[in-house]
Amino acid sequence: MAASSRTVSGSLLHGRLAAARSFAIRNMVTIMFLVISALGYKLSGMTPFLFLMDIVARISRNAFLVLALIIPVMAGMGLNFSIVLGAMAAQAVVIFVTHWGFGGLPGVLLSMVLVTPLAAVLGLLTGNLFNRAKGQEMIAGLILGFFAQGIYELIFLQLVGGIIPMDNPAIVMSSGVGVRTTIDLTNGLKYGLDWPGQYWGNDLLLRPTLPWVIIGMAAALAVGIIIYQLRTDRRRRMSTAQLVITGAALAWACWWSVQQIQSRSQINWIRVPLLTWLVIAAACAGVHFFSKTKLGQDMRTVGQDRHVAAVAGIDVDRVRIIAIILSMVMAAWGHIIFLQNIGTFSTYGSHEQVGLYSAAALLIGGATVARATIGHGILGTVLFHTLFIVAPAAGRQLFGDAQIGEYFRVFVAYGIIGVTLAMHAWKQVLQRRSAAQ
Amino acid sequence: MAVEPILRMKGISKSYYGTKVLDSINLSIMPGEVHGIVGENGAGKSTLMNILFGMSVIHSTGGFEGSIEIAGQPVEIKSPLQAMSLGIGMVHQEFMLLPNYSVAENIKLNREVLKPNFISRIFGPKLQSLDYDQMYADSRKALERLNIGIDEYALIAGLPVGHMQFTEIARELDKQNLRILVFDEPTAVLGESEADHLLQAIKEIAASGIAVLFITHRLNEIIEVCDNITVLRDGRHVTTKAKQDTNVIELAELMVGRSMSFATRQRQSSHQGRPIMEIKNLSVDMPGERVRGVNLTVYEGEILGIGGLAGQGKIGIANGIMGLFPTSGEVKVSGASLELNNPSASIAAGLAFMSEDRRGVGLLLDSSIELNIASGAMFGTGRFVKTWGPFSQVDQAAIRENAEKYIADLDIRCTGPKQHVRQLSGGNQQKVCIARALTMNPKILLVSEPTRGIDVGAKQLVLDTLRRLNAELGMTIVVTSSELAELRSICTRIAIITDGRVAGILRPDDSDVNFGLLMAGQPIDKGA
Ligand SMILES: Nc1ncnc2c1ncn2[C@@H]1O[C@H](COP(=O)(O)OP(=O)(O)OP(=O)(O)O)[C@@H](O)[C@H]1O
Ligand SMILES: [Mg+2]
Repeated sequence: MAASSRTVSGSLLHGRLAAARSFAIRNMVTIMFLVISALGYKLSGMTPFLFLMDIVARISRNAFLVLALIIPVMAGMGLNFSIVLGAMAAQAVVIFVTHWGFGGLPGVLLSMVLVTPLAAVLGLLTGNLFNRAKGQEMIAGLILGFFAQGIYELIFLQLVGGIIPMDNPAIVMSSGVGVRTTIDLTNGLKYGLDWPGQYWGNDLLLRPTLPWVIIGMAAALAVGIIIYQLRTDRRRRMSTAQLVITGAALAWACWWSVQQIQSRSQINWIRVPLLTWLVIAAACAGVHFFSKTKLGQDMRTVGQDRHVAAVAGIDVDRVRIIAIILSMVMAAWGHIIFLQNIGTFSTYGSHEQVGLYSAAALLIGGATVARATIGHGILGTVLFHTLFIVAPAAGRQLFGDAQIGEYFRVFVAYGIIGVTLAMHAWKQVLQRRSAAQ
Repeated sequence: MAVEPILRMKGISKSYYGTKVLDSINLSIMPGEVHGIVGENGAGKSTLMNILFGMSVIHSTGGFEGSIEIAGQPVEIKSPLQAMSLGIGMVHQEFMLLPNYSVAENIKLNREVLKPNFISRIFGPKLQSLDYDQMYADSRKALERLNIGIDEYALIAGLPVGHMQFTEIARELDKQNLRILVFDEPTAVLGESEADHLLQAIKEIAASGIAVLFITHRLNEIIEVCDNITVLRDGRHVTTKAKQDTNVIELAELMVGRSMSFATRQRQSSHQGRPIMEIKNLSVDMPGERVRGVNLTVYEGEILGIGGLAGQGKIGIANGIMGLFPTSGEVKVSGASLELNNPSASIAAGLAFMSEDRRGVGLLLDSSIELNIASGAMFGTGRFVKTWGPFSQVDQAAIRENAEKYIADLDIRCTGPKQHVRQLSGGNQQKVCIARALTMNPKILLVSEPTRGIDVGAKQLVLDTLRRLNAELGMTIVVTSSELAELRSICTRIAIITDGRVAGILRPDDSDVNFGLLMAGQPIDKGA
């Protein structure tokens, strides 16, 4: 009796240790970036005010794009680098909407409506291509991006102003043919979603301060969790440990915010583009809702095993195409959000990094080529852009040259993708090898 | 009252890449009938069932000839979806389960219970929400019909194979319009008691009016549950017999087309060598097959059998030693302590393992037979690899020679060593697994269920090969098997595992009574 209880507790302990170890290994990338970001922040000597101001802006700008990558991962198609096409479509539409003279919130909404069918068609074509290159979607997506770049350049350098008439000196080059290399949205779409009031001359509309937004988000999360706990079957509820940790984190965030408000610190100057954040929250809720629908379940089924899905009667190719269409449309919307926040863009370059940077952010958040969640997307956006913010200052502190920090973050963005893809390939080799034994 | 057959297959022929694998097969079965199909590995049983289920392998390789009628109506079955809507269910020879889904999600695969929501009313039924509570409840009901204690919330990954099998069966039972149910070797992964359980379930399913097609290599199961039996040989229909007109011996002879001898040689207890592996207080946390403190010594050059009822832990021992499940205790190989929970350490110590879970896993399906056979040895011990300084090269000739030897020894039915493993029948894939383990030429070979899914004729070949390797190379072999007769025919000693511990060690020629007592957990009265 005693002996058996000893071995049971022994194996329990062993299980705990193994679980902790495998947790650390699985989340190695995220943990590493947490450490690097924290160090970088310390080194940069930035004030919390400056840092938070920047990170709020960058979350508003990029989070939606990162979310666009989650659905294809669910469907087992890996990181969808073809979202670059969605970004190109967004730029094309924004150019025309600007030409027609729309601006502010109406301009942003019009762009989103117009880009939807265009992105859907591009998604349909891309999805069909991916179905012919099953298992090679990531490479196919990258190459497709280069190919589309050629067509995009042809249209906007040669055809616009020529075959496609456009008489607008602010957009078309002085020769009369071809679109200028940079487009200024200052009196157009700029801040259309972020500060919609500006367009109508009312600057304070929808501009709550950061502490209040944090309190609001914490409250919303708490209510959401309580409803989930009450409405879900006992077996699928959150565990007590999870509840305690989440509760503590939320309580701390509220406490910190209240302190900021009471101390009237600079933090209260930071204003959150509420509408944009609501749109991002809606996207999170949408992706979450979608994953619990029949179509979402089909995608996860296809993502796990195409053969089993087909034998169960699922139209695998169709499901995969829908995944790419959804991703493409989301990417196009995300890029419009990005552009209205930046307020100016380079016609032939702004879309280029979209796929790579979004993928890097998602991976840093702990996603893999086979599994990505909303949490990964949000956490990754925060960590990746923290690095962007602190790297130049940290570089200056360390090497006396901000440029080195700049190099570092570009290096990191590409490096992380390269390493993740290599690790993915390596894992497959390992699995094969262990299968062989 | 003349009832019409629910299913009639007429003149079914099928070729794969020019080789005829089915030649005008006729088959008809009545509602509520259990119809057995037997035949050697590669006889064409699975192919026939794949045709019935509209599997894409059939249609992507040129379709088939012949006609199918369901309840008197001619039908063309082009896809599994269509087969399902006609009321055909199939438990495939390889698992059709998704490891990251719960048991319930697998049972309800593509038949999820849905409830409309605001969004789906606008955008269509594909956006309806999953009704998890109902899915779990339905799954519970299907599992209860099988009378089996599987947790519908558990993830498939990590379940014992037997439970996976019952999950698949529960999935079929959950289909409301089911009229014909195909079982392609469902008992191959089950222990004896689980198999009995399944046979009971089959009888009940048939009693509810569903026609059952049942494929197995365990002929006594066929005799136990089937009403009629069809025998296939090399893709041809040999005969169809009613159960009362035949018996196991006759079926076996009809399958292989020659008369067979069932004399099982009993092995002489040879001398005992030095201890080669000492197991002390081994506990393995394998779900469904927990080991709770096993002490056992394996002697050099022996064939040690590990037997016992399903769920008692016999399967867990080898899995634990190989580091595949959380393990504690102590294992010494040739006197040196083995690092537990580390598969590479076990391989480095000269152990090789052929898992009981062989269906679909472990083989590189899109590689050749010869490469599959050699792969274990190549990765594990560097055999077949020639090194020239920094360069290494694979020794093709040696790989070929080795593959040809095992193809002959184990009678692997194939077009040649270069054929892809995917194109082999299930049983022949298993023979490739065995050949791979044997090629590793380990100090100690751990084999679990070596003859599962292998036809009666080839079984003997597999056992003979094990015996020969033991005699000629002095390889120490530990065989885990739920078939006692098999253990008694090749082992020097047999350890019976009950409740996760060694209940006793017997000689192959000990009385049936003693084996029975140990399996039931009763101590043997030594004085008797
Ligand atoms: N996809 C395929 N491509 C080519 N040949 C195949 C394919 N599938 C099966 N075969 C061949 O068809 C023949 C019949 O195979 P089948 O799987 O029907 O056998 P089986 O009776 O089910 O055998 P087992 O008892 O081993 O499962 C075999 O010779 C096999 O090699
Ligand atoms: Mg078969």
